[in-house]
Amino acid sequence: MKYVDTTQVQKKMSSRLLTNRIAKTLFLLATLFGLLVLVVLIYRVFSQSLGWIDFDFLNNRLSTNPERAGIKGAIMGTMWLMLVVAPVTLILGVGTAIYLEEYAKKGRLQAFIQMNISNLAGVPSIVFGILGLTIFVRGLNLGAVVLAGGFTMALLVLPVVVVASQEAIRAVPQFLREASYGMGATKWQTIKNVVLPAAIPGILTGVILALSRAIGETAPLVVIGIPAFIIPLPDGLLDKFTVMPLQIYYWTIDSALVDEYANLAAATIVVLLLVLFIMNSIAVLIRNKFQRRF
Amino acid sequence: MVVSTYSENKTAGNSSNNMGVNKELKKKSVYHTKDLNLWYGTDHALKNINLEINEREVTAIIGPSGCGKSTFIKTLNRMVELIPVVKISGDILYRERSILDKSYKVEDLRTNVGMVFQKPNPFPKSIYENIAYGPKIHGIRNKKVLDEIVEKSLRGAAIWDEVKDRLNENAYGLSGGQQQRLCIARCLAIEPDVILMDEPTSALDPISTLKVEQLVQELKKDYSIIIVTHNMQQAARISDKTAFFLNGEVIEFDDTNKIFSTPSDQRTEDYITGRFG
Repeated sequence: MKYVDTTQVQKKMSSRLLTNRIAKTLFLLATLFGLLVLVVLIYRVFSQSLGWIDFDFLNNRLSTNPERAGIKGAIMGTMWLMLVVAPVTLILGVGTAIYLEEYAKKGRLQAFIQMNISNLAGVPSIVFGILGLTIFVRGLNLGAVVLAGGFTMALLVLPVVVVASQEAIRAVPQFLREASYGMGATKWQTIKNVVLPAAIPGILTGVILALSRAIGETAPLVVIGIPAFIIPLPDGLLDKFTVMPLQIYYWTIDSALVDEYANLAAATIVVLLLVLFIMNSIAVLIRNKFQRRF
Repeated sequence: MVVSTYSENKTAGNSSNNMGVNKELKKKSVYHTKDLNLWYGTDHALKNINLEINEREVTAIIGPSGCGKSTFIKTLNRMVELIPVVKISGDILYRERSILDKSYKVEDLRTNVGMVFQKPNPFPKSIYENIAYGPKIHGIRNKKVLDEIVEKSLRGAAIWDEVKDRLNENAYGLSGGQQQRLCIARCLAIEPDVILMDEPTSALDPISTLKVEQLVQELKKDYSIIIVTHNMQQAARISDKTAFFLNGEVIEFDDTNKIFSTPSDQRTEDYITGRFG
């Protein structure tokens, strides 16, 4: 006797095939939905910004007059902010990752630290803003300056850099470490000469992605008290500043008063998107160039 | 159970190499393990290992998978400590000095005892940098000295002629067999006393294997070599002494000729005649 009844199989065949096609269509729709939203968003932003982005817009200072207003201050503010965030996250993030992966004994303490780093990544950014306000702006009495904003942002993206660096370090094959230890190298020599060179692409990718998150963040900077309107350009770590996403935020709220502010906001969004796009492309390039040489 | 046959050899003088009786008498031991036990957690991986390994000989470690032969060789340069749950008792003397002693730094030990691994593991660097790595970590910076070490080591590993025109190319461009000889050259660059080889040919094709085996024969003039191998013919071809491991114990340790012709333990005979393993 046969267990598989051919006529039964034939009978169910068409309904099975139908379910198969329905599944495919559903998943395609899910994908298209996200894509559609993105297209609408980009279309709106670009059509509103049309005619507003020119050299003057990039090179002028802030002004209440929409025709004369520019975002040079916000661009420079963003650059100064990154000048603080990049080295701080790189040093603290990679240092933490090296300690956790290479030195820390795999035990309860290590698991506890690990869990907290993952949790830290999930803490809302506004909470980091409050932390920055308490410690850097008021505690150290820095005021709402580049340094205070940079430290706050660095703390915010630190977990991302730590986790990305840990993954990059973990991906370095054990046999390379063994080869180095086998020749009498110390742990630090092994880390410096073998582990880090192999992990650097992954680490850099993580750092760039973290930076592009920091560039787009607004909430923490609102909390630490970046002024809504600031004309002087920042040119030092202790200067007051503003950044692109904040400028977008303030122009968007004020567009109720002056219609053109909406166009200025859209134009700034385009510039910001462009910067983020370039940074993410660099991250992808690095990842592809150095991918898996072992 | 475990008998070091060292004293017997001294008088017998019929070791497979062709050295005279007088030289045989002078042969010094390089490693001496005393009641060596090792646990991975609760798993008793090495049981009362008592071996005396001579200098300038090739000592082969054979046995079925999981018998502890790799563990044993990794204990000799304390590489086994990279696994956190390892516990060791007993003693290992290297040149009369206990390597398990706190005052013996692993970095120091591993400078004297080089290792070649199962899978070729060159660094993702140039051929030159691979060889110069060891000397550099030991503080040699002089470019001329490094150049000489690189050439000498590559010649020593019989790969100089194949790579001399491409020293600055990435080592990953070499074939598997070349990579393994490069790893042997890298090991020679720290001018070790002992070379540990953990199944160095198991990932290689027959021709590369032959080259590595010939190389081992050359190297034994200057180095003491301990080689783990899965391949019994290989042990018979290249070693002077053979230790047969089974379930973490040394069943028999003797001249290779004797092990493969008239083993004294039934289990050794069963293994080398292919009845198990």
